[in-house]
Amino acid sequence: MHAKRLVGRGLFYLLVAVIILYTLFPFYWAIVSSLRSGQGLFSTALIPSDPVWDNYVAVFREQPFAANILNSVIVATAVVALSLMLSLTAAYALGRVRFRGRGTLLMVVLAVSMFPQVAVLSGLFELIRWLGLYNSLTGLILSYLIFTLPFTVWVLTTFMRELPKELEEAALVDGASPWVTLTRVFLPLMWPALVTTGLLAFIAAWNEFLFALTFTLSNEMRTVPVAIALITGASQYELPWGRVMAASVIVTVPLIIMVLIFQRRIVAGLTAGAVKG
Amino acid sequence: MTATVPNSVAAEAGEPVRVEIVGRMEQRRRRAAVFFLMPTVIALLLVAGWPLVRTVYLGFTDARLGGSEQASFVGLANFGFLLSDPAWWTATWVTLKFATASVVIETVLGMVIALVLNAHLPGRGLMRAAVLVPWAIPTVISAQMWGWMYHDLYGVVNTLLVGLGILDAPRAWMANPDTALWAMVAVDVWKTTPFMALLILAALQTLPHEIYEAARVDGVHPLKVFWRITLPLIRPALMVAIIFRALDALRMFDLAYVMAGANAATATLSVYARQNLVDFQDVGFGSAASTLLVLLILLITGILLTVGRVRLAADAR
Repeated sequence: MHAKRLVGRGLFYLLVAVIILYTLFPFYWAIVSSLRSGQGLFSTALIPSDPVWDNYVAVFREQPFAANILNSVIVATAVVALSLMLSLTAAYALGRVRFRGRGTLLMVVLAVSMFPQVAVLSGLFELIRWLGLYNSLTGLILSYLIFTLPFTVWVLTTFMRELPKELEEAALVDGASPWVTLTRVFLPLMWPALVTTGLLAFIAAWNEFLFALTFTLSNEMRTVPVAIALITGASQYELPWGRVMAASVIVTVPLIIMVLIFQRRIVAGLTAGAVKG
Repeated sequence: MTATVPNSVAAEAGEPVRVEIVGRMEQRRRRAAVFFLMPTVIALLLVAGWPLVRTVYLGFTDARLGGSEQASFVGLANFGFLLSDPAWWTATWVTLKFATASVVIETVLGMVIALVLNAHLPGRGLMRAAVLVPWAIPTVISAQMWGWMYHDLYGVVNTLLVGLGILDAPRAWMANPDTALWAMVAVDVWKTTPFMALLILAALQTLPHEIYEAARVDGVHPLKVFWRITLPLIRPALMVAIIFRALDALRMFDLAYVMAGANAATATLSVYARQNLVDFQDVGFGSAASTLLVLLILLITGILLTVGRVRLAADAR
């Protein structure tokens, strides 16, 4: 019996090891490849013998990658701030006030968040050009609201619903207006939820590709995913893989660090957004 | 506190003054709710409602990108062309095959990972962290990373498979439409299984311990416990997770665009629609393709919801 349990344990840890290897190896390989240059790139040795930083320098020298990173930061930060501001009041109304059509409105919000982006592409393209926002960061910020706003409204509503009602009643009996109740009583309690939701929305905006590809034109206006997708060499067959990997590592490392620091909150936020649907 | 008790109930309790205050506060809250919702509703109408209506409308016209002349109404012509375009049918099959394969594999694999994470053994913190890494990596970057690993001459996938004796010669994975589709499925599975695993794990953690204790005392085989207890109990949450993932897989764009470019053999419906819209400047045709994709997604969601509910109803009996 004891031997059988040991074998079971062994198999279990083998499974864990395989899963960890599977999830981490591609990123490890990107790091290894980014540290190789010239002919060294074609080596398949698992550990780089003499790492070089050529690719990292070249990414910033050969294209406006610093501008691309800045664009992504601006767009993602702005759209998250805007979404959180809008959804804070909306979540109060949807989570704590009974009114007719509340359920329908929540379903509409959920449906919008599930919508394929391509379904609004031509209408949004038209709108953005009409507003004169083509090839601008403002156009991207506006268009990203379509997926960040429903998400933040949905998650904040579920958080808001769970706050104790005694707090609100006490405030209302003291004559506080709903606005004061929201900003003075609830807002201080909402910070953890706002951080989690904001972080998830930030990642979604940071990763967005279709709108960024379609609504921007010049290299300087591109966000990081578009810049990385469109890095090209002399021909299709000469994709500068070392550069691509270096660029990928540069923008992924901060993201991974952030995710690992906030992993408990992210897991809570993801499941709050989904399981209760 | 009676503040949230409906007025009629409070009135029966015989507290007229209080009821009046509570009623007035309720009214005030409701009025505030309208103002609180207004900005969000306006924003959603602007960025989602209006563009959606326009896209559907443009699908019935011959509008062109950058065309200054007025677009004219062409009825169902675009939809007729779509259904007679072999490339549209290819894209539809690619989309359906991709979505089915990736969602099925992700569900099974996500379940395995969730069960491992749910076992209270040392090392699961590390594993949960490891599992979050692919999720955090932008899809475009995953596509590029795997594109490099799939490289026909220098890719590590070929090196590995040839080294292990599984293949006798390196393959050009992305050049052949069949292997290219599976190559994309593999990337999607790698990237989104963590999401699936976390949702399943959340469901597993709500299950009562007592049932498992009882099953163990009775000596029920673990596999039987899984099929008879765990799976039925987490099925509602699992269905939600599957629907979420299916909706996501059906609209897949980034992976196909980055890994296969405009290659018609591996284009999904999203790639097809955008290509017509932007590259061929045919707004009418591209919009019609988008609208059809939405209808397809609605249909599949409807089917999944029905199937899910039918089973749930059967459980209740």
